[in-house]
This record gives sequence, structure tokens and C-alpha cells, in this order.
Amino acid sequence: MKHENEAVIRFPSLSRNEAFARSVTAAFAAQMDPTVDELNDVKTAVSEAVTNAIVHAYPDRVGPVTLRLRRLDDNILEVTVKDLGCGIEDVAQARQPMFTTGGADRSGMGLTIMESFMNALSIRSRPGRGTTVRMKKKLVGRGDPDCKPRS
Amino acid sequence: MTFTSFLQDKRLTILLSGEIDHHSARETMEAVSEKIRVYLPRYCELDFGAVTFMDSSGIALVIHTLRAMNELGGKLRLTSVPPQPRKVLLASGIQNLVALSQERSPA
Repeated sequence: MKHENEAVIRFPSLSRNEAFARSVTAAFAAQMDPTVDELNDVKTAVSEAVTNAIVHAYPDRVGPVTLRLRRLDDNILEVTVKDLGCGIEDVAQARQPMFTTGGADRSGMGLTIMESFMNALSIRSRPGRGTTVRMKKKLVGRGDPDCKPRS
Repeated sequence: MTFTSFLQDKRLTILLSGEIDHHSARETMEAVSEKIRVYLPRYCELDFGAVTFMDSSGIALVIHTLRAMNELGGKLRLTSVPPQPRKVLLASGIQNLVALSQERSPA
């Protein structure tokens, strides 16, 4: 799909990079004039996706996580979080609320939150090869006329 | 994530602050459990007033605290919950298990 701006960041699956990924996403989305609520929704969804890559994709090692941010037509923000980790055996099961393969410190609500806070969510996963989570959200924004895309 | 806590009349108040994510949640969870174990409160209040961001790790923190209080036969309340953590908590349906309010609880 056509995009007019894009940022790609790759970082190791260290938990301190969860806050980094949220900040980078918020900084990229700022040019789209989002409301505070929209920005919070996007930051929450990114936090969930990146945490999943850190906790589940690489349970015993540190591996690469790629965060791609794109501004699409109609002020749609696309966020893609890709890992090369262990993959998900059963994506439908993983999408069930409260399902988790994590420990007591995980709630199993990450995917449910991504689904409800974003407009679209797709998950492609191959066991042993990795997982790509793609999310989209239309930012209706504050309607600032000065925040039109620049050519 | 840092927190302050105080105890009065078997009521333990824990003031959470900063960002609650997977990176910070485990340490907070252990610290909250330790306070409950030491003080054996009848009521526990998690005050979210100074929480600037929370993801689903915060839900796990609440469930963990709720279990600890249930074991003691005590009650848990979530107070001063700002809009962003509130939206995450409501998405989990946790309001069916624990009282959640935007206001600070009356002294």
C-alpha cells in the first residue's frame, strides 16, 4: 500500500526496549495530529506487541525485533512488529482472551487489547521462523489544518 | 516504576507511579506481595493516581494482588485510576472482580 512516510527500527528483545518502542511510535504518530486518547491506544497496542516478541518469541535468548511505522492514506497509522523467534503454533488459540503461555506475571490479555484498541490486527506466524503482527489505526485527530501532509 | 505505601487501621494503601509494563511489573508485583505478607491488611488500596502508562502487565499485577488479598479474606480497591490505565483495565473485565474508581477513597 502507498505510504508517504515510514520509519524502521530494529532492536534486541530486551524488556527495557518496550518503553523505547512506545516512545518512538508516539514520536512518529505525532506528525499525524492524534488526540491524546488515540496516542494512548497506539502506545498500549505497541507495548503489547513488542512485549509478546520479547517474552514469547525469544523465551530463552535475545533476538531481533523490527518495528515498522508507516503513515498511509486517510491518516492511517500502520504498525508492524516482526520477530524471527519461535512462532505461534495456534494463532486462533493465542487470540483467546486470558490465554497465555507466559507465567503468573502475564495476563493473557495482550492480543485482546491490541484488537480492541486498534482498527485492524493481522498475525502471520510460522513455527520456528517467527511472527509478524500488523496493526492499523485511523487517527481522526484533533483536526488541526496546519498538520496536513507535506509534499 | 516506584511506589510508596502506608498502613492505617489495617488498611494498606499503595501509591503506584510511573509506567507499568512487563519490564517493571514483576518487581512491583513482588514488592506489593511483600507488603501484604508483612502487614496482613484487611483492606488494600492500589492508588493509580501517578501512573502515566499501563499495559496488560498492570492487569496481571491487579490479579496477583487480588489473589493475595482473597487468601487473607481481605478486600482490594483500585482508586484514582486515570483514563489510560482505566481503559486497559476495563478491556480485561476486571471491574467484575474488583472495585475501581476514578476518585481517591475517602479516608
